[in-house]
Amino acid sequence: MSRLAVPKTYKLYIGGAFPRSESGRTYEVVAADGRFLANAAKASRKDARDAVVAARGAVAGWAGATAYNRGQVLYRIAEVLEGRRAQFAAEIEEVEGVSRAVAAAQVDEAIDRWVWYAGWADKFAQVAGNANPVAGPYFNISVPEPSGVIAVIAPQDSSLVGFVSALAPALVAGNSVVIVASERFPLSSISLAEVLATSDVPKGVVNVLTGSPAEIAPWLASHADVNAIDLVGAGGLDWVSLEIDAADTLKRVLRPENGPDAAAPALGRITAFTETKTVWHTKSLR
Amino acid sequence: MSFLDYAPAPESRAILSLRDSYGLFIDGEFVDGRGTPFQTISPSSEERIAMIANANEADIDDAVAAARRAYDRVWSKMSGRDRGKYLFRIARLVQERARELAVAESLDNGKPIKESRDVDVPLVAAWFFYYAGWADKLDHAGLGADPRSLGVAAQVIPWNFPLLMLAWKIAPALAAGNTVVLKPAETTPLTALIFAEILQQADLPAGVVNIVTGAGDTGAALVAHEGVDKVAFTGSTAVGRAIAKQIAGTDKRATLELGGKAANIVFDDAPIDQAIEGIVNGIFFNQGHVCCAGSRLLVQENIHDEVVERLKTRLSTLRLGDPLDKNTDIGAINSREQLDRIRALSDAGVEEGAERWSVPCEIPENGFWYAPTIFTNVQTSSRIAREEIFGPVLSVLTFRTPQEAIAKANNTPYGLSAGIWTDKGSRILAVADQLRAGVIWANTFNRFDPSSPFGGYKESGYGREGGRHGLAAYLSPAPIGRSAAQVTAGRSGAQRRIEGADASAEASASKPKPRARRAGAAKKGAAK
Repeated sequence: MSRLAVPKTYKLYIGGAFPRSESGRTYEVVAADGRFLANAAKASRKDARDAVVAARGAVAGWAGATAYNRGQVLYRIAEVLEGRRAQFAAEIEEVEGVSRAVAAAQVDEAIDRWVWYAGWADKFAQVAGNANPVAGPYFNISVPEPSGVIAVIAPQDSSLVGFVSALAPALVAGNSVVIVASERFPLSSISLAEVLATSDVPKGVVNVLTGSPAEIAPWLASHADVNAIDLVGAGGLDWVSLEIDAADTLKRVLRPENGPDAAAPALGRITAFTETKTVWHTKSLR
Repeated sequence: MSFLDYAPAPESRAILSLRDSYGLFIDGEFVDGRGTPFQTISPSSEERIAMIANANEADIDDAVAAARRAYDRVWSKMSGRDRGKYLFRIARLVQERARELAVAESLDNGKPIKESRDVDVPLVAAWFFYYAGWADKLDHAGLGADPRSLGVAAQVIPWNFPLLMLAWKIAPALAAGNTVVLKPAETTPLTALIFAEILQQADLPAGVVNIVTGAGDTGAALVAHEGVDKVAFTGSTAVGRAIAKQIAGTDKRATLELGGKAANIVFDDAPIDQAIEGIVNGIFFNQGHVCCAGSRLLVQENIHDEVVERLKTRLSTLRLGDPLDKNTDIGAINSREQLDRIRALSDAGVEEGAERWSVPCEIPENGFWYAPTIFTNVQTSSRIAREEIFGPVLSVLTFRTPQEAIAKANNTPYGLSAGIWTDKGSRILAVADQLRAGVIWANTFNRFDPSSPFGGYKESGYGREGGRHGLAAYLSPAPIGRSAAQVTAGRSGAQRRIEGADASAEASASKPKPRARRAGAAKKGAAK
């Protein structure tokens, strides 16, 4: 006798909690064969603003954590994700309509990218910063620091690996993130939020919105408390307008990328969301 | 005659051999501009110095075309070693003509000769010398092996450090292999045009550097020109914002050095004599016409009265007057327009309840002048605590705890610079960690060096100038041939990028490159 399944309600992830959209809206997520899978939350402008508030509140703690600690937390995400490989593979198989092997490979790649970025946490500053030999009695050093709150439009054609590839590097330096999931494949993103919630990632450091990127992105691009926006998955949107919106507050902008190469692992994705701080101090024996 | 009165000691203007009028410097020659020429005046006397050509859009076309030709045919093909040699030549020629440049700068800008002579011009030479050495070492700039120049750089600079800003822009651009079209500020074109003569003496290939004079519309036309690959701008946040919008969606990369409202934080254990000098240097250097000026003094409450008293005493010894006089501390305000703005904002400060104190000093009859001014009892919400005044006006606020100092210092959309004064080393480092600003001076202020990156957080712009980071702003990583299979191969794909692309945001992808432009801008050894 077959057991009746217990389907999950997929909600947003804001400030460490899983609220429904304040708007009460949902949209249907269907499998590759058109079967109904879930009603995902359709985030509103207000949800986006709440997410930014949560992210801003989390910046000081996450940026202030030691690099060693951030590395361990990111590695912890990989560990917990590894333990749930089967769940994610099944979810991806269903929504993307790929074979179990292909789905599993995507999960493995996502896990490995967490590991790769985890290792950068206490190293990128040594590569991107340096001492400066100024002509005078001064100690002078340049170091990369997190930009603050980063809005991300995740790659739209992948359920897990694209999302992870955009999210992980933004976290390495100590930024907080508001990330808009793939509209078509949002379920893995919310399942990943469950992983984040149980991986010692402080609440508010990652906030996940599902719904229409076209609707949410302009609010994030123009939000004065967002420091940078990664448009990696915005290729299908009017991203030039988003870039123009972002210019009002002089946000740092990363442009859309397409194809399987989108948001591929790179040190540049970490440093793109950092600011170089140069500190001078006098030297004297007196 | 008190001990404060000195006999005049003017620097001689005989060293100058100015022309009566200057053309545009395009393709190695001075040519007439097609706009209506304008005159540049000395802001200390309002006397006419020379007529200056005005570049219209057709002139910009010519300049960009000359830069493109020079890039395609000469400069991008030249060895790094030879590009470096040209830059070394320029550095030496600047040193040889240093006094002449200093006199011209003070005449045209209004800044004291002791600053143009001892700060601006020596730094100009240092900047060219520093980047000259980079030209044949680009593999070590942090973008991996064989990074590429960008092409033609459009550079628009302000009037506060006319020749120094020119050096900040041109030296790294040429070292990286780009060619340049530079527009000096409307009120301070003189030294850029003398610099063009230096380029002729250096025998720099025609078109590698083009200098087009004019006003804001000339700059806007240059930035908008389709033939430009890179925009580098130093100036107001309002204009920076407009540029960011204008180039959105294009392939132009940008470095923007914009406004600031720096906090200069003085703790009660600070070495007070040095701190007073640092505060004065922080806001009254160059008449406060400094984007990183320490215009918000945050002083610990228990030493507020003492600090303000000593500041007033010290300011009363500053000598305001002829910029060419070697004893002058405070020169002229650069233009009537700027003077009006300083006055308007100062009056707003009074209206909002702050207390104004200005040095009682004699103001020369002609020219544009503003006596050093301190505002006390300033609210954090006041316009004089929030808006960039860009003049010799200091707003004094207080704090009780380090946390309050940090919160007040960061309470601004800007994030260019900050100062910290305390004898406690651990406090300096902890406060420096939490200040959201690109340059932090501890127990010093307003220090600049070609090896030291300079640039802002937040609305102070993005990108860095100076150092390895400043060089990266004019480079992109070599294209990496990589198949999608390698990407999905996970770590091996990632590994390739580290080797090839490393610190650059531009480097993050090969094919569909993540245009790290803005993003990259502010970055580390990264994109810029």
